[in-house]
Amino acid sequence: MASEATAPPNSPKLPSSPPPVSEATPLLEMRGIAKAFPGVQALSDVSFTLHAGEIHALVGENGAGKSTLMNILTGAVPKDAGTILLRGQPVEITDPRRAIELGIAIIHQELTLIPHLTVAQNIYLGREPHGRLPGTVDWATLNRQAEDLLARLGLDLRPTTPVAELSIAQRQMVEVAKALSLNADIIAMDEPTSALSEREVETLFGFIRQLRRQGVGLIYISHRIAEVFALADRVTVLRDGRHVGTASVQDVDEAQIINWMVGRTLSELYPKTSRPQAEVVLKVEGLRRDNSLHDISFELHRGEILGLAGLVGAGRTHVVRALFGVDPVDGGTIWLEGRPVRITSPQEAIRLGIGLVPEDRKAQGLFLGMAVRQNITMTRLHDLSRLGVIDRRRQDGLARQYVEELRIRTPGLGQRVRALSGGNQQKVVIARWLTLNPKVLLLDEPTRGIDVGAKVEIYALMSELAARGVGILMISSELPEILGVCDRILVMRGGRLVGEFDRAEATQDAIMTLATGGTRS
Amino acid sequence: MGVAVFERLRTREALRRYGLVLSFLLLCLALTLLSDRFLTASNLLNVLRQATINGIIAVGMTYVILTAGIDLSVGSVLALATVVAADLMQTGLPVPLGVLAGLGVGTLLGAINGLLIARTGIPPFVVTLGMMTVARGLALTYTQGRPITGLPASFTFLGAGFLGPIPMPIVLFALVFGVGYFVLARTVFGEWVYALGDNPVAARLTGLPTRRVTALVYVISGFLAALAGLILVARLNSAQPTAGQGFEFDAIAAVVVGGTSFAGGEGGLFGTLLGVLIIQVLNNGLNLLNVSPLWEGVVKGVVIALALLLHRAAR
Repeated sequence: MASEATAPPNSPKLPSSPPPVSEATPLLEMRGIAKAFPGVQALSDVSFTLHAGEIHALVGENGAGKSTLMNILTGAVPKDAGTILLRGQPVEITDPRRAIELGIAIIHQELTLIPHLTVAQNIYLGREPHGRLPGTVDWATLNRQAEDLLARLGLDLRPTTPVAELSIAQRQMVEVAKALSLNADIIAMDEPTSALSEREVETLFGFIRQLRRQGVGLIYISHRIAEVFALADRVTVLRDGRHVGTASVQDVDEAQIINWMVGRTLSELYPKTSRPQAEVVLKVEGLRRDNSLHDISFELHRGEILGLAGLVGAGRTHVVRALFGVDPVDGGTIWLEGRPVRITSPQEAIRLGIGLVPEDRKAQGLFLGMAVRQNITMTRLHDLSRLGVIDRRRQDGLARQYVEELRIRTPGLGQRVRALSGGNQQKVVIARWLTLNPKVLLLDEPTRGIDVGAKVEIYALMSELAARGVGILMISSELPEILGVCDRILVMRGGRLVGEFDRAEATQDAIMTLATGGTRS
Repeated sequence: MGVAVFERLRTREALRRYGLVLSFLLLCLALTLLSDRFLTASNLLNVLRQATINGIIAVGMTYVILTAGIDLSVGSVLALATVVAADLMQTGLPVPLGVLAGLGVGTLLGAINGLLIARTGIPPFVVTLGMMTVARGLALTYTQGRPITGLPASFTFLGAGFLGPIPMPIVLFALVFGVGYFVLARTVFGEWVYALGDNPVAARLTGLPTRRVTALVYVISGFLAALAGLILVARLNSAQPTAGQGFEFDAIAAVVVGGTSFAGGEGGLFGTLLGVLIIQVLNNGLNLLNVSPLWEGVVKGVVIALALLLHRAAR
């Protein structure tokens, strides 16, 4: 098929990689798919093939068309043009039910399991085996079926465990088990690792590889390029609704994929212009909190971007929450511009000139149902009001200033934040803190789940803030980002600081070694 | 295809904005056609006057529900506040002090609700359910179950008097609604109420005084329940320890019909005003059409269900 190796002109010549299982008819073939929404050509002439026993990664920025393509595959959205072949036979996927009948399942980021029902009940919801009496359920059979299914998938889960007690990764596996119990042989997973810890990611990957061995065709949608290389057989990149390239992962490297995704090269990703000043803005000594933080001491300079690296659960978030007064501490001293301070609440931290961009912007940062205007000015309302009455003109003026300065793409100040893209939402959270001219900005995973273009803008913004003298402490789980952006990097493990690197001497390997506590991870 | 989607979005937006106004106007139109007594000045004034008690309580309830809370105690708070005020006035306390005492009791009970909810994290449903039975019990104990009648004329003016051609209750309701609307729409506190209801975690991490705001909405609700009670007592010239039963339901119904979401952060007082009016006009209509009052609950329930369907369709 032409779709097999349609690489852009600047890519290396791609050998048409043999599918891992067979040269036979592909399990799924989407040809020339097009879809327009009012005002946007979401997809044009996109082709995609999937073989049995293959993990095919689908990557691209937000708005690249991944979701639309998957929505067409699962019948949630009708296509304007193109054909879909299942095992060589053309099919029309008219609605989601039809997709399920055809053996196509998608596992969304928002899981659909019911927490207080058991694993078995969730898997067979609405399809429970009947008991002897009408209207009853044969629980024994139900649990036995589920047990068989789980065993076949190599899942170490008890059918009678309530889903609420499972980790996110385990819930995703239950979702997959449910799909397989419906005889799905094409499974798409949409950003399955975005809420998982490293260990959970490993468990999930093991499970996905197990599915591949059983001949399931997997479509793996992700922002994380490292995962593509860890897991996938082939990768397809979409950009602006177009098919940019498909390649076997052995034939491309990370730089190539990023280049395909953003049309830019890697060195342009991290615009680094600022230099830290000599003056220490924040000094922390002996910060501790029962089991989560042990003797944390460090200094943050004006204009410095200090990285906080480590595995999920190493205590990085506890550090910034303690500095921001969210969680109480058991001991330790904090100096701000040379003066000892006690920070017992976020109000106090804000008064002192500290801002926190939390790790989960939707759950912890934004007022999704409220307008851009309110979200940006929320911490400044008192200064924008007289006798408690808000001066709308000044409020709009302040909000507009930051919308323009940060290039937040919104139809207007009255737009609800819910409708903005992830990158623009994150800019709104950052803008809120900038209105306070903070001395110290704590950023917890500031680029999680946003597209590469918006990431670059946020890196540039951080650099600019540092140049203005703001001290920035950034937590990130993406090592290339930490290495690209930070002046200095602290590494945490088990609630302790276990190492420090200068920008020049830091490498991914060295950081990972410290973070995992092994000589070799 | 694309145009159709666009059209549907536009009609949705319109439905969301004007659906409730339209429903209200249709209801009025239908009643005008069905009964020639509906569209008369005296009847409309009557409807409006009857709506004031629920209207004032519903203003407080809107604040509470906007923070994703609920106040089930309004009816009992109303009863306790009014029997205390009426008793004091009957035993010779000057009217203004009696009114202040009644408002004070309502505010105090609201503050107890608010502090318990803000400080302990016990769900509002449970706290105010407790207050509902405690305040009712105190009202019954205080009066030994007997109504208090024979109140000073300068007090009954609040419920039965007129300011020019307009009944006092309507004047007071307009005042409460106006202030309530302004505070919610234009002040820092109003923004905080929405922010807290929209996302309490973010509100805390943004440094908002979340506990104070939480406590205050229940204070407002208690205060307004007492005020509504005083107007009711002034109109009836009798304070009853059993007054206000089911008022929490009417207020919640008005707020919800008005489009304020139980999840918090979504809605407002204009919707609540329409909700109050729709429920009251409906009651009035059933009355004019000689429908048995026993059907009232059924019709109200159906209307609430329909309103919720409308809001859902508009989302």
